[in-house]
Amino acid sequence: MTINAQQDEYVADFEFLENWEQRYEYIIDVGAKLPPMEETYKTPDNIIKGCQSTVWLHGELKDDRVYFAADSNTQIIKGVVAMFVFVFSGHTPKEILDADIYFVEKIGLQKFLSGNRSNGLVAMLKQIKLYALAFQAKTLQQ
Amino acid sequence: MTEATRRLDIAAIRKEFPILERTVYGYPLVYLDNAATTQKPLAVLDAMDHYYRTINANVHRGVHYLSQQATEACEAVRTLVAGFLHARHAHEVIFTRGTTESINLVASSFGKKFLSAGQSILVSGMEHHSNIVPWQMICEEKGARLQVIPINENGELVLDELDRMLEAGVRLVAVNYVSNALGSINPVGEIIAAAHRHGIPVLLDAAQAVQHLEVDVQELDVDFLAFSSHKIYGPTGIGVLYGKEEWLNELPPYQGGGEMIKTVTFEKTTYNELPFKFEAGTPDMAGIIGLGAAIRYVQELGLRNIQVAEHDVMEYALRVLGEIDGLRLVGGMDARHRAGVISFLVGSIHPFDLGEILDQQGIAVRTGHHCAQPIMDRYCIPGTVRASLAIYNTREEMDRLAAGIRKAAKFLG
Repeated sequence: MTINAQQDEYVADFEFLENWEQRYEYIIDVGAKLPPMEETYKTPDNIIKGCQSTVWLHGELKDDRVYFAADSNTQIIKGVVAMFVFVFSGHTPKEILDADIYFVEKIGLQKFLSGNRSNGLVAMLKQIKLYALAFQAKTLQQ
Repeated sequence: MTEATRRLDIAAIRKEFPILERTVYGYPLVYLDNAATTQKPLAVLDAMDHYYRTINANVHRGVHYLSQQATEACEAVRTLVAGFLHARHAHEVIFTRGTTESINLVASSFGKKFLSAGQSILVSGMEHHSNIVPWQMICEEKGARLQVIPINENGELVLDELDRMLEAGVRLVAVNYVSNALGSINPVGEIIAAAHRHGIPVLLDAAQAVQHLEVDVQELDVDFLAFSSHKIYGPTGIGVLYGKEEWLNELPPYQGGGEMIKTVTFEKTTYNELPFKFEAGTPDMAGIIGLGAAIRYVQELGLRNIQVAEHDVMEYALRVLGEIDGLRLVGGMDARHRAGVISFLVGSIHPFDLGEILDQQGIAVRTGHHCAQPIMDRYCIPGTVRASLAIYNTREEMDRLAAGIRKAAKFLG
């Protein structure tokens, strides 16, 4: 699935959710679908700063595509980081860097996460783009 | 403390706090983050509005009518605060920006003059960061160190070793009266007495105490005491440092500027007397007026009456929360040794998740480490959910909290 196809899917799904309970349930469910992150990746270096809770994010380059693994000790934040993983994982560094991330705003992700966590959203996105940037530099060198 | 208490009309009190009428996400607001900041009654809002509309002028400077009126109004608040704390003199009351600045003032000024290498400052394991970091900073500068009074599983200070600790070069003891993270009321009288036996002064962080308990600085015999206006129904940006006259006279000024000087030449400046020596620059006049209104408001309700009313809601809350499956209180269980704060966790639910779902139901609580990370490390938890009470909270709101928690637990379980 392309980055935008995954974004569109989230946007379309959210249009059907009627209330906050359903939206939170949806996000928590997405988090539950995230493949378990290997404990060896849960290093201090992989913790995203700017999040009140602990969020780990790790990226790997395989066959010129970036694959992300993530986890969090909170269910809601785990769901949010999972959405990013599902949107970005399996794409090339260039695709990730060029991506226009519109689903966050369209579904109002930052609105129903309290203020402090919006910084966390920005930090997660930034970390994903940084991984892509680093891997792009690496592929260009080869 | 045997005077009769009067039953307060909480419904009437709630009407004096306009913000309590608002809704959040369509629900009537349940505001349980009072340890972070309290809401403001009309008396405070009106006093500040009236100040700006009719009196505003810079204090202690102008000979004109307004300046004198503003000066009188601000100095009247100093006297009021002195009475509120049962201080011996009004000039023992220094206006600061809040508890944090009050502690920084003492840490800096006391530390500069009295602290030297190899000595220590004694704090407790349940301090707010603002009663840790200023001391760490001055200790680092002076080559001194922090010592820490440990706490037990029930959120109580362990004082068994206190005398031994005090013998080991402690220069000052800085502890909180009531813990912001757990609500524990600490045995500060005992600590002060022990410190004084060794000739060591004590600073009390009373940020979570003055709005819930009667504080008498002379009876406590405390040397320094700090609190913030905004946690006792007053405006933000203003607070108080109480210090015994003999100590304040000993301390060098904290900041330089206008107001705190007597004479200035390029060769030498001589400093003003107490309290102005510690009040550099134009003070927050409207804030002082607002603080005065807040203290009058609290005095009119009566702290004894406030204590009885809050205790009733606290006991009720502990009961209804205690009935929730998997809910565990962090700190002691006894409502008599607790003021204002209930800190808890439910099952393995992360406090942020719980706080988020409560928020969606219009219930404002604080989640996280409450600026007291060492205490969370002590319990090996990432944080807690904290519901903190003020005079306007009701039993019905505790029912809403309990229902909100049950809903969240179902959701996140």
